[in-house]
Amino acid sequence: MEQRFDIAVIGGGVVGLAVLRRFAMAGLKCVLLERGSDILSGASKGNSALLHTGFDAPPKSLELRCMKAGYAEYLRIRQKLYLPLIESTAIVVAWDDAELAALPAIVEKAHKNGIADVRAISQTELRLKEPELAKLALGGVLVPGEHIIDAWSAPLAYAHQALAHGATILRNAEVTDGEFAGDEWTLASGQGKITAHVVINAAGNFGDLVEAMARPSPFAIKPRKGQFVVFDKPAHKLLRAIILPVPTARTKGVVLFRTAFGNLAIGPTAEDQDEREIAACDQDTLRRLRLRASVMVPALAKVDVSATYAGLRPASDRKDYIIEALRDRNWITVGGIRSTGLTAALGIADYASQLYAKNFGKLPKKPAEQVWTPVPNLSEGRIRPYMMGGEILCHCEHVTRGEIEAALAGPLPAGDMGGLKRRTRAMMGRCQGFYCSAHIADISKGHFDGKP
Amino acid sequence: MESHDVIIIGGGPTGLSAARRLSDLGIRDVVVLEREAVAGGIPRHCGHLGFGWQSHRRLWSGPRFAAELRKAATGLDVRTAATVLELVKDGHLRTQTPAGLAEMKARHILIATGTRETPRSARLVGGSRPQGVMNTGALQQHVYLHHNKPFERPVIIGSELVSFSALLTCRHLGIRPVAMLEENPRISAQRPGDLIARFVLGVPVRTSTKLVAIEGRKNVEAVEVEHRGKRERIACDGVIFTGLFRPETALFPAGLPSEKFSISGNAVGPLKTSGECWLQGVAAAEGIARKLT
Repeated sequence: MEQRFDIAVIGGGVVGLAVLRRFAMAGLKCVLLERGSDILSGASKGNSALLHTGFDAPPKSLELRCMKAGYAEYLRIRQKLYLPLIESTAIVVAWDDAELAALPAIVEKAHKNGIADVRAISQTELRLKEPELAKLALGGVLVPGEHIIDAWSAPLAYAHQALAHGATILRNAEVTDGEFAGDEWTLASGQGKITAHVVINAAGNFGDLVEAMARPSPFAIKPRKGQFVVFDKPAHKLLRAIILPVPTARTKGVVLFRTAFGNLAIGPTAEDQDEREIAACDQDTLRRLRLRASVMVPALAKVDVSATYAGLRPASDRKDYIIEALRDRNWITVGGIRSTGLTAALGIADYASQLYAKNFGKLPKKPAEQVWTPVPNLSEGRIRPYMMGGEILCHCEHVTRGEIEAALAGPLPAGDMGGLKRRTRAMMGRCQGFYCSAHIADISKGHFDGKP
Repeated sequence: MESHDVIIIGGGPTGLSAARRLSDLGIRDVVVLEREAVAGGIPRHCGHLGFGWQSHRRLWSGPRFAAELRKAATGLDVRTAATVLELVKDGHLRTQTPAGLAEMKARHILIATGTRETPRSARLVGGSRPQGVMNTGALQQHVYLHHNKPFERPVIIGSELVSFSALLTCRHLGIRPVAMLEENPRISAQRPGDLIARFVLGVPVRTSTKLVAIEGRKNVEAVEVEHRGKRERIACDGVIFTGLFRPETALFPAGLPSEKFSISGNAVGPLKTSGECWLQGVAAAEGIARKLT
């Protein structure tokens, strides 16, 4: 296909999709190019699905600015897109005296970051709030605004809303070459040639490689692997708050958190690797994570593990996000969006639109009439389709035939089995497809043949 | 609210046999709730021979055995596509059917939810997450119910009776497993299972060999194994995790809610054959009948 667009976004992760949505809703003609056979097949596939306040982000950073804006916008739009919010709060827990001594600085930093309701809590209050937490916990910092969301429904909703505003999403569309001539980029992609006035690089773990089309990349991606262990549903009631460790300079550390789907999970680890695509788990680490979870919440020792996964976050050699416009190259860089990308995505999109307006021309002041595209609900605690009837195919996660068929249809049908799982949760429960995978393979036959 | 003498959760060998026996004993107000579209349980997709001996003194295939179970249940109230969501004290159930949510109650509730194999995730196996990793149960459904061939040269993990069932299932579609791997020094199933595997089915059985990780981008490309401290890579295009059966107890993680509930068949460990489950269903029915009359 040879088509001309105002904007070409490279990368169909949560950041690219939020950016696409922002520009499409502003009335520009946009295309998104994703190398995978479905959206969300890179860094956005495996994270902890937390909505962060930014209380522990580097003060005055671009990361903090985008997180706060993204957090606020998520709360503003989530009902119109029917996105979940599990208001859980978080507690940074100190497990020894050194960590206890570090708590006041955490509170101070949070206040400096404008998160005023963050406060220290005593061991007594901690035990009252989280009675299942091990007695070794000495005290903590309460962060009321930290919440749990659904890491896949949100970007899917952004994608659908972008499509409803005329955007094009192309999958199996790896960008292999780009040429800038005067006022226009010509990109060679797995789906043919694309021309666009401005290119936005949101290529995640491949960000520096894509950046090299525009300039010698000023940043290098250092993929950081995070492994997770998910406990079966009975674990969900053992905890209310997200349990955070006292962070180090490098990582927010291993977190114990409920999921929107009624589980409890622990992760991520932070392991640097060169591999940009595959996030492999290893048995020793998974065992250590499970053990660590049961040290923090002893009752977890009796709960089965229902899933394990690993994700790669696109950390870079720079401390902050890299979001900048190259005025004479018609290029916007959105790079090094590490673990906070899910929270920050909408804020990043807004920041990118400001850069665009400053460098490449004003966006229409009053965007055209807005269309809202609510996504199907997957999270517990709200009405799910099976409650209205229908034939349940995935018994562990209560996924109906209707949900699976819907995910294989519509304007952005699942592009592969992973995409189908992320859209429906089918096969992601305790039996991991023992009962339903053959049935679902049958229903989805012929649907995953490299479509755009 | 719908109310019955007995509700049986699960329409496999245990549940169907219990329902039949209860009816024969004069307890006619019995409902079987089966969440799948067809009753019969696991034997429905075990396409090879080896079923029916303990219960009927016949040698049937799994699907034939399941069909006989359904035939025996003719006239009984067996409801398919009926999922139990929650057990409530006092003999209440929350259910889901194509019509929506409902509550039911009974004087007694028999749980016959059966068993399933431990999947890769709960075994904490390392590596990437390519396509082509499954349990025997899923493989059998692929092969016997949907006629899919998910891979050509898989490895089989485990050497229980069901592992050989996986082997037979593979053979049915011309799938040639590369090897059967057993962590322990001896195979779990009785001899001559390994000899049959090696000499009749042509698949080497490797004992003291532990699966460490699965490799592959889109599809499985190899497994990494450890044998006497040495790591080795075996090329393959699929992994079948067999056995390590665990009772399907998700409905009652903290134990049974009250004495109005009981469990029978493979929902209670250790693993039994479908014929033994049939017999247990009969015994459970007799116990319930004594209690109710």
